[in-house]
Amino acid sequence: MAKNPEIKKVLVIGSGPIVIGQAAEFDYAGTQACRALKEEGGTVVLVNSNPATIMTDGDIADMVYIEPLTVPVVEKIIEIEKPDSILPTLGGQAGLNLAMELDERGFLKEHHVRLIGTTPLTIKKAEDRLMFKETMEKIHEPVAPSQVVENVDDGAKFAEQIGYPVVLRPAYTLGGSGGGIAHNEEELREILENGLRLSRVGQVLVERSIAGWKEIEYEVMRDSAGNCITVCNMENFDPVGVHTGDSIVVAPSQTLSDKDHQMLRSSAFNIITELGITGGCNVQYALDPDSFEYCVIEVNPRVSRSSALASKATGYPIAKVAAKIALGYTLDEIRNAVTGKTYAMFEPTLDYCVVKIPKWPFDKFIYAKKTLTTQMKATGEVMSICTNFEGALMKAIRSLEQNTYGLQRREYEDVSGGDLRKLLLRVDSRRVFVIAEALRRGITLQEIHEVTKIDPWFLDKIEHLVEVEAALRRDYLKLDLLREAKRLEFPDRVIAELAGVPEEEVRQMRMDNGIVASYKTVDTCAAEFDAETPYYYSCFDGENEVEVTHDRKKILVLGSGPIRIGQGIEFDYCSVHCVWSLSEQNYETIIINNNPETVSTDFDIADKLYFEPLTTEDVRSIVDLEKPDGAVVQFGGQTAIKLTKNLMEMGVPILGTDAKDVDAAEDRELFDEILEQCHIPRAAGRTVFTAPQALKAAHELGYPVLVRPSYVLGGQGMHIVASDDDMVQFIDEINETVQEHPILVDKYLMGKECEVDAVCDGTNILIPGIMEHIERAGIHSGDSISVYPSTTLPPEIVDKIVDDSSKLAKALHVVGLINIQFIVYHDEVYVIEVNPRSSRTVPYISKVTGIPIVKIAAQVITGAKIRDLGYEPGLQKKSDYIAVKMPVFSFEKLRGADIGLGPEMKSTGEVLGIATNFDEALHKAFLGAGVNLPHTGEMLITVRDADKEEIIPIAKRYEKLGYKIYATPGTARALTAGGVKVTQVNRFHGPSPSVADLLYEHRLDLVIDTPTRGSEKNRDGFLIRRIAIETGVHCFTALDTANALATALESPRKDMTMVDIAKIVRNPGAVKLNAPE
Amino acid sequence: MKAFLILENGRVFTGESIGSTEEVISEVVFNTSMTGYEEVLTDPSYAGQSVVMTYPLIGNYGINKLDMESRRAWPDGFIVRECARRPSNFRCETTLRDFLLEQGVTGISGIDTRALTKILRVSGTMNGMITTDSDFRMEEVLPRIRAYNQGRVVDRVTCSEPTVLPGDGYKVALMDYGAKGNIARCLNQRGCQVTIYPAFTDAATVLDGHPDGIMLSNGPGDPKNCPEIINELRVLYATGIPIFAICLGHQLMALANGFDTRKMKWGHRGGNHPVRDLKTGRCYITPQNHGYVVKKESIDTEIAEPAFENVNDGSNEGLQYLKQPVYTVQFHPEASPGPHDTNFLFDRFLDMMGGKR
Repeated sequence: MAKNPEIKKVLVIGSGPIVIGQAAEFDYAGTQACRALKEEGGTVVLVNSNPATIMTDGDIADMVYIEPLTVPVVEKIIEIEKPDSILPTLGGQAGLNLAMELDERGFLKEHHVRLIGTTPLTIKKAEDRLMFKETMEKIHEPVAPSQVVENVDDGAKFAEQIGYPVVLRPAYTLGGSGGGIAHNEEELREILENGLRLSRVGQVLVERSIAGWKEIEYEVMRDSAGNCITVCNMENFDPVGVHTGDSIVVAPSQTLSDKDHQMLRSSAFNIITELGITGGCNVQYALDPDSFEYCVIEVNPRVSRSSALASKATGYPIAKVAAKIALGYTLDEIRNAVTGKTYAMFEPTLDYCVVKIPKWPFDKFIYAKKTLTTQMKATGEVMSICTNFEGALMKAIRSLEQNTYGLQRREYEDVSGGDLRKLLLRVDSRRVFVIAEALRRGITLQEIHEVTKIDPWFLDKIEHLVEVEAALRRDYLKLDLLREAKRLEFPDRVIAELAGVPEEEVRQMRMDNGIVASYKTVDTCAAEFDAETPYYYSCFDGENEVEVTHDRKKILVLGSGPIRIGQGIEFDYCSVHCVWSLSEQNYETIIINNNPETVSTDFDIADKLYFEPLTTEDVRSIVDLEKPDGAVVQFGGQTAIKLTKNLMEMGVPILGTDAKDVDAAEDRELFDEILEQCHIPRAAGRTVFTAPQALKAAHELGYPVLVRPSYVLGGQGMHIVASDDDMVQFIDEINETVQEHPILVDKYLMGKECEVDAVCDGTNILIPGIMEHIERAGIHSGDSISVYPSTTLPPEIVDKIVDDSSKLAKALHVVGLINIQFIVYHDEVYVIEVNPRSSRTVPYISKVTGIPIVKIAAQVITGAKIRDLGYEPGLQKKSDYIAVKMPVFSFEKLRGADIGLGPEMKSTGEVLGIATNFDEALHKAFLGAGVNLPHTGEMLITVRDADKEEIIPIAKRYEKLGYKIYATPGTARALTAGGVKVTQVNRFHGPSPSVADLLYEHRLDLVIDTPTRGSEKNRDGFLIRRIAIETGVHCFTALDTANALATALESPRKDMTMVDIAKIVRNPGAVKLNAPE
Repeated sequence: MKAFLILENGRVFTGESIGSTEEVISEVVFNTSMTGYEEVLTDPSYAGQSVVMTYPLIGNYGINKLDMESRRAWPDGFIVRECARRPSNFRCETTLRDFLLEQGVTGISGIDTRALTKILRVSGTMNGMITTDSDFRMEEVLPRIRAYNQGRVVDRVTCSEPTVLPGDGYKVALMDYGAKGNIARCLNQRGCQVTIYPAFTDAATVLDGHPDGIMLSNGPGDPKNCPEIINELRVLYATGIPIFAICLGHQLMALANGFDTRKMKWGHRGGNHPVRDLKTGRCYITPQNHGYVVKKESIDTEIAEPAFENVNDGSNEGLQYLKQPVYTVQFHPEASPGPHDTNFLFDRFLDMMGGKR
């Protein structure tokens, strides 16, 4: 079967902002699919609200709409673009749900648009709990006894019938959102109520718990001719009960015999055939460890996080093949790009072992529950490849960048044996370290297995690592032992620590004896065919097969590792564009990264891809082999920047801004000198190391002060501190996780924040635009609503910002990207911080202005001058469009996390609203972020004393809109005094009518709650914010955000205009007038 | 204990000895299956060969007697990167290490199996020696390694006496050229009464049993080494009794009809080989284990037409004979190990015999 000739113009729906459960994997999948569609000569229309993605680049799709992913918006785009088909299976659950809604409304039929890839019926059969169950029963595929319920009482009744514990799974939700395991009726009622609300169709499946069984996944593909293949199967280290996104996962399965494996593989084929899947599909199983009994857990009839992992684990490009299948091709017509000889109709076979470990945000949310359940909590993940499991596990652990390089964590060393046993019972993010410690203490593998249900095979591997640790500790470092330790991927620093010798000695011993990393190819076929793809991993027990060439100058580009709060997909965008630009300049490019969800780790991006941890030793091994002519660190976020010094020590020239200048920007004293030199003021501040020093500094500066560790990203560990008590607590917290570097204490200025991303060539600076934050200083820039171009700054302030930016870039000898944050306070411009590297705003500014910032920066760092590239230095002309970047949070996924915004970043993703006027852009941004509020409704206002005056005019706006306003006593008094009509309610735990009544009765549309400063986990405000989020009420914690929302609500909801970003990119002349403002 | 794998090109891999320490010389072939090492070890088709598993972690789920495809292990040598020290599976009875020892299979672990596989892919299948003698002299062992010939191995692997698996359906004569147990099981599960005959049983004896169908099994070695079998097959073919053949059986039937076979450079061994049904265009993933193949150009299309081809290299994977109810495939529909996707071919065999009974 060949391509369907009727498919000419395809609408691809992206997955929207990065949230927990839906991360960069869909940018990877979407980008790959769009490229495949274009390769086949189709016209691709893309819609995605997430501006930080590569898929929304003008050169990936033909028309690009960065618009809210809502039904009216997509309908409008369909009316404008008239695509003949929609590919809905690449935009995750969000894209799939949207496509289904369009179909159910009859809109697609009416406009003669077909869903390609998978039919609505297939999607329904897989997604609708009841239909899924019926379908499985029809083909005799076992599912755990379950019932779909639409109210809590039915759920309780059914649970009583099948017995606790029960698993609750809401239909149509993200990352198992709202699901969980209930051990009794009380838990059931709590989880079920939440789940019913979160489900788009108000359905939750109540299911017999099969916790403790093995969790096995199959990634399968099927084409329209009925041909089926398995790309890969995967086994979860954690038994059923932990969401697969939160599990350590290994590929291929390890403890399944051929009989077990083939049974499940045949079942998966049976299922996708019955569902009529055409494309990629993920099937999850629970397998009884003691028999052949299994249950189908769920089926995802689309490209998923697991399929991204399977693609990277095997080299099989699932999204690309799925896109071609959607066009009508059959698997045997699609070439295997890896071998160039074989076809997509084939099953990858691995000759290595792959381990994935999730990256959790618990370092950001210290109060959030760290336990792992069926509700996913990880923001990202790392993958590693090795010839043995132990090595893959060790590599993955150090890829997480948690200052942990092996299985040892100090925090457990002093825990008693009894307490360790208790810790083993807790299923949380650190369980693997607890297990290792338990084994060290002599708790038996059998006992650990009984408690954790983790397969003995995995436990044995951990025991093996612990044995080697012990041997290293016990014996004089012998050659055989060193060899074995390296085979198992113990890093030199861990070997040195255990053996009690300097790290350099370990390295020397290795070099003297030729114990060096060698690199193997990921080729889909275990070397059966010659591979054409340059996709490598390291091991210490084999021959090197990388061919090192020196015919072109080669540049090493360091990636940004796992997606985490503060370092998201934006940095992958920058890394990929850097690689593309360098390739265009005819450099050989080498990328090192360990994130399986990203575009940068696709094997056809750079000339060579090393899928490796980003630690000094791992990078050094590659450098020793490749001997690159230079390295680029400014695009890979803090992960890459951290390696600057080490790369220089290896003799690799850093392209772009010099390391000592990077230091100068981070080092308090050096930076102060530069500011003084440039006559730029900054808030008074001090550098301290200890709590007493911090207190002294705070007293000199006067509270409130801003406290933060240096060398961090996303404001990690940053706090606004208002009292001595808080200060002592925060200094302790900071010192727990960050060492070596000093802590900065600054006077806190509550002004307007502005931000600039610029490119400097050493002499001249190109400023695409100035962004302005809606929220005043004190909220992390990543969590603020950001507006480009600035709309409220007077010309003299703009001039000052441009002038300061230019001075700073020159003083720091910046070559490449620079990001500068300013505060405008009482008509004076202060500098908050300077980052001589890419920032999270670079992708969106590139798209709105049509100025390819990363490309220019990549040219500048290799020697080009801004003028040579056709740009006039200075601030560029404002775009014709206004863009509003809105942060998106994943608070509902993180039980117990405080949602109050502050200097530490908490958002996981962002959306863009783009329009010709501010109000519409703002409105779109709120819509994109999922804030779709009625013009009138009911709201609760409860603010801290300091805000009680300022809240009055804001409340008046909502009152005027027609909102019924409830307030807690203090706020109510202030509002009444200010002339606002309010209904007073009692505090959370007060008598009825209380805040709790409002929340639990689902009366509210909106909550405005500004947190009091300091830690307040048990206070009323915390509870209100938490319950609001968990009952699905929008809650804003900053007055400025509340004000902006009022503006958006006030703007008349006339027809929104859709903006094709690709036109801006393709026609930069419209904005690139090169005239300073 | 250290062990060495010496290839006929002089390349030496050093590893650890597992299983028997007896020195062996054999043909070295690689298998790309990620599971199914036990079935591989007990597949008689590997007699006279040493098998390299390309998946690095072997022995993870141990060994259980139920998954044995024949009464014993057959490869002369077994080559792995890592042999699991602690297997885990609910059916695990013993470790791979102990099984190799018990079965007298010489093994070596701890070598770079990927590098070895690449050599075999580039240079083609070659002979090799596994030894624990660290004092081997290259000039002494190389001539011996090069001189090795797998020879006629069917004799070694076939059963000595006929056996019967009772069933109340069709009577099937299964010619055991080194049959994997699952061929008989697949038929028996479908109700067939299966009589398993030694490979060199003459046609008359088989016909005396009045079979409804004849099943030709897989087996080891070069099909051309078995002229007697080929002669008997001509007789069986002429009777018009439905015949279904797998692997060596498929090659022998081709030779019996005057077609030719050739040795492949490195063969097909693994569980991921795609074949296309030439009648329907449907493709299937199949388990395969063969070093010889029916030459495409030698097929007389008056006698038989190609039924399956390999999606990757276009080689012949099956024949539909035109003048007699004979259907033969190069791959392994009985799986064990490998995908069950073509298991339906046994139903087709039943149809050839007259449909379900």
